[in-house]
Amino acid sequence: MKRHYVPPKQGMLGQIVDTAMVLVLVYVSLMLPLLFKAAAKVENAAVRAVDAAQATWESLGQNAIQQEQWIKLGYGPEKAAILINNRFDYTIDPVMLVVTFAVIIGYFIFLLKVSDQQYREVIAEKFDHE
Amino acid sequence: MTARSKITTAGKKPIALLKVLNPFHVWGLGVGIVLVGEFMGWNFTVDKGGAYASLIACWVIGLLYTCVAMIDSEVSSTVAAAGGQYTQAKHIVGPLMAFNVGLYLVMAYTMLCAADALVVGDLLRSGAKVMGFAHLDPKPFVVLVVVFLSWLNYRGVFVTLTLNLVMTLLAFISLLVLFVAVDPWQQGVVLQHQGLLTDLPYGWIGVIASLQFGIWYYLGIEGTCQAAEEVRSAGRAIPLGTMGGMMTLLVAATITWFVATGLLPWQYLGQAYTPMYDAATLLGSAQLQLLMFVATAFAAIASANGCINDASRAWFSMGRDRYLPEFFGAIHPKYRTPYRSILFLVPIAVSFAFTGLLDQVITFSILSGLLGYTFMTFNMMKFRRMWPLGSIHRGYVHPFHPLPALTLLALCCLTYFATFLGYGATLLSVMSFYILASLWFVLRRYPYVRRAEQFSMPWPRPRGY
Repeated sequence: MKRHYVPPKQGMLGQIVDTAMVLVLVYVSLMLPLLFKAAAKVENAAVRAVDAAQATWESLGQNAIQQEQWIKLGYGPEKAAILINNRFDYTIDPVMLVVTFAVIIGYFIFLLKVSDQQYREVIAEKFDHE
Repeated sequence: MTARSKITTAGKKPIALLKVLNPFHVWGLGVGIVLVGEFMGWNFTVDKGGAYASLIACWVIGLLYTCVAMIDSEVSSTVAAAGGQYTQAKHIVGPLMAFNVGLYLVMAYTMLCAADALVVGDLLRSGAKVMGFAHLDPKPFVVLVVVFLSWLNYRGVFVTLTLNLVMTLLAFISLLVLFVAVDPWQQGVVLQHQGLLTDLPYGWIGVIASLQFGIWYYLGIEGTCQAAEEVRSAGRAIPLGTMGGMMTLLVAATITWFVATGLLPWQYLGQAYTPMYDAATLLGSAQLQLLMFVATAFAAIASANGCINDASRAWFSMGRDRYLPEFFGAIHPKYRTPYRSILFLVPIAVSFAFTGLLDQVITFSILSGLLGYTFMTFNMMKFRRMWPLGSIHRGYVHPFHPLPALTLLALCCLTYFATFLGYGATLLSVMSFYILASLWFVLRRYPYVRRAEQFSMPWPRPRGY
């Protein structure tokens, strides 16, 4: 029969270090890419604003009812063009698609494999001693 | 669940969470978190695929959530404990999976809280503009909202969720008032669907892409099981509150789509931060405009309130189990709330709200939720295999197994692909966070985990182990 695993006691300094590590993970992997995106978004909006200077309702393909609603919202064709011309590009890059799905599948395989090993330790300690 | 696992020490005296909540609080918690999705965020489905794509996404993702509800009802009725899916993962899959599920919950709710605060700020800026203050800085209000709600959560769960119940009810009633006010039975008088609804602007690829934000129609309803340790009767209150909540959301989502697409051009609607308030401004009624201003604010505040409640409880549960520093596993000796976890998450929510990128922050929340739904499929398969029907008591057994789990897995894969379309970099950024966090857990935190204590249910040994 295996002996009970006795985990070490973590001191306050260790807990502070671990808490700081969590914050670093959150800000480096989530916040940094977001800040780059914010900068790119401002740049794209500026480019669209220049392109929208000559826009008319007709060139934007807006019918009479749509024009009426835009005007009620306080939008002229130049201002509306910034929103109307902001379109997604759904061209699929096959390499990026394969990489993305490989990352997701690899992540779940890793989770399930390592969790299974850890779970066996939990079950062994829980039931072998009872 | 054993009495021991319910108890945590803040100092020297053992303290348990208070059992004070009823089914209405559970409804208020679930709908309160999600209803804001009918006031903002759902409309990004329109941006990704057009108005009809948004409606299709609402139905397809409705099917995804039906599978989630079926699976979650069976497992939650058997593992009724704080931490919800986190506790399920601990008992069925293993510590690393549980750590990740706990993180999914925390990140989904914290990012949702950030999005709520961001919307309150944007709403106040719109209101100030109407009143002649065009350059109001919303950031102090963002901080104020998060800090005030965190203080409420710090002081006690009963007041917090009672406030949620009232605000959620008022926000839902306001949607019904708006629906009646637009004269829905007379096309062309107020609603202009015939002129505003267009063909699919991106074709069917846009419909698939819109599934990403379709999650926003319902995201968070599964959070009701976070209150399992604080309700007076978990077996009655959780299913009643959750099912009532789902029905409320279906009605609210339908009204929202119908009214907004009949008033706003799809390109505007798809990029608006406060679409229902904007829709009300087109009606020329100051009372309706004010009503939607208040309702949007209430929905966002109630959601942020519920999110702080749920995120802090998941963080607290992980601290209690030493998956995170034990410091977070403390309960306030007087207010009986996980106060350290509540305070820790405040700066994270505020800093993400400050970015001003609502669609990106919402995508973080959606992806964390989606990873959690993917986990549910493995969880359900393992649960039935390790404890077949009849081997342990289940409060509810869902029909047609394994069809719901397989359908859920297929819809999750489709939604990952939908996110890849337009938000591929964000998807990889979120995955990198969870991969790095998993490595950190395995190498650094797992040595502090007490093995046998991870399994506290009075069940027999699982088959195959």
